[in-house]
Amino acid sequence: MGLEEKLPSGILLTTVEKLAGYARKSSVWPATFGLACCAIELMATGGPRHDLARFGMERASNTPRQADLMVVAGRVSQKMAPVLRQIYDQMSEPKWVISMGVCASSGGMFNNYAIVQGVDHIVPVDIYLPGCPPRPEMLLDAILKLHDKIQNSKLGADRRAEIEELEQARLRRLPLAAGAVLHLAAPAAPRLAAGPAQPASGQGQGGEGAAGHEGAAGHEGADH
Amino acid sequence: MPEFLGPVKGFGVTFRQMFKKVDTVEYPEVKRDTEPRFHGRHQLNRWPDGLEKCIGCELCAWACPADAIYVEGGDNSPGERYSPGERYGSVYQINYLRCILCGLCVEACPTRALTMTNEYEIADDSRENLIWTKEQLLAPLEEGMEQPPHPMRLGKTERDYYSRGAGGPGPGREAEPEDGADEDGTEAANWAPGAGKADR
Repeated sequence: MGLEEKLPSGILLTTVEKLAGYARKSSVWPATFGLACCAIELMATGGPRHDLARFGMERASNTPRQADLMVVAGRVSQKMAPVLRQIYDQMSEPKWVISMGVCASSGGMFNNYAIVQGVDHIVPVDIYLPGCPPRPEMLLDAILKLHDKIQNSKLGADRRAEIEELEQARLRRLPLAAGAVLHLAAPAAPRLAAGPAQPASGQGQGGEGAAGHEGAAGHEGADH
Repeated sequence: MPEFLGPVKGFGVTFRQMFKKVDTVEYPEVKRDTEPRFHGRHQLNRWPDGLEKCIGCELCAWACPADAIYVEGGDNSPGERYSPGERYGSVYQINYLRCILCGLCVEACPTRALTMTNEYEIADDSRENLIWTKEQLLAPLEEGMEQPPHPMRLGKTERDYYSRGAGGPGPGREAEPEDGADEDGTEAANWAPGAGKADR
């Protein structure tokens, strides 16, 4: 093509998107939201053995304005939910959320009235990290997956179009007509019809997935 | 040591650290092995001939404190056999957004079908992908294994099968059963629900 051939050697061309992605992923400053035992593992990740500073993340921010990434580490109680949302709103764009541990991701074993059943009811989550609590390597793995996502994210009009597309895809989706529950042998309708005969755990799983997604879908377009 | 050397002593501590071994594990490139009994993700095991060990009894689901496991049992038939017993787990799901990797399901499992691996890199960006299904959880086919459904290869009777599957000296080990129409017939007789009771 045109420009590459005319350049002297030693000059690398890239796109603004890739450069911005590289810059963003190389210094993600986390706003730690340590709520429970996961926070201990989060602190261990910052320690010398795992050394979060290798990824430019050593500055664990207690000021949301200077943070890019919120690591929700631990179960979110109903009372903490508005606080969490406020911290998230105070963070400047672009911002990402890792839901660390099963409690933050879905309520985990605390399936009760006091705990928010998944932090994605409150804020849009980019990476879900299972584990109770996840070991530091698991958190590093989640962070690396997030880096990949940041690197490949789009900018400007493309980004807005992407958000719109995701939003439309989510709105079109029926609660039980897609996803893990349905790619099984049995089709959707008989499973629904046989609902009362099934054990409670199965229904909880299906319903929970659907509910979480609707919660997340509401915020996704507005925030990102 | 004189008092005015105090600050220098402080630098001495810093200087000494330069000769110590670095404790950092460069994680994505270097991965330290976990402890052998680390509670990683689950695995559904197989018998040596490839049949599944899971019998769809749902004890794991009942033991789970977080309601993360969903099992539906199905009936084996002579023509379509997935596990050596009467029943097999036709649907098996573990929701890793609920699972706390406590291992109570492994304790509850009567056939040692469910165990845990040392894999832990399971973060994902969607909730659906974190509900692992049976295909993802089943152990890969090893040497000499065959993808179910197929008839029992380790012996004609229950006793033969299990003693061979456990690696013990099973009776009738020499007679290698070969699958065929007559084989299926005898198998069906062995595995009819009422047959065992009548023998006793």
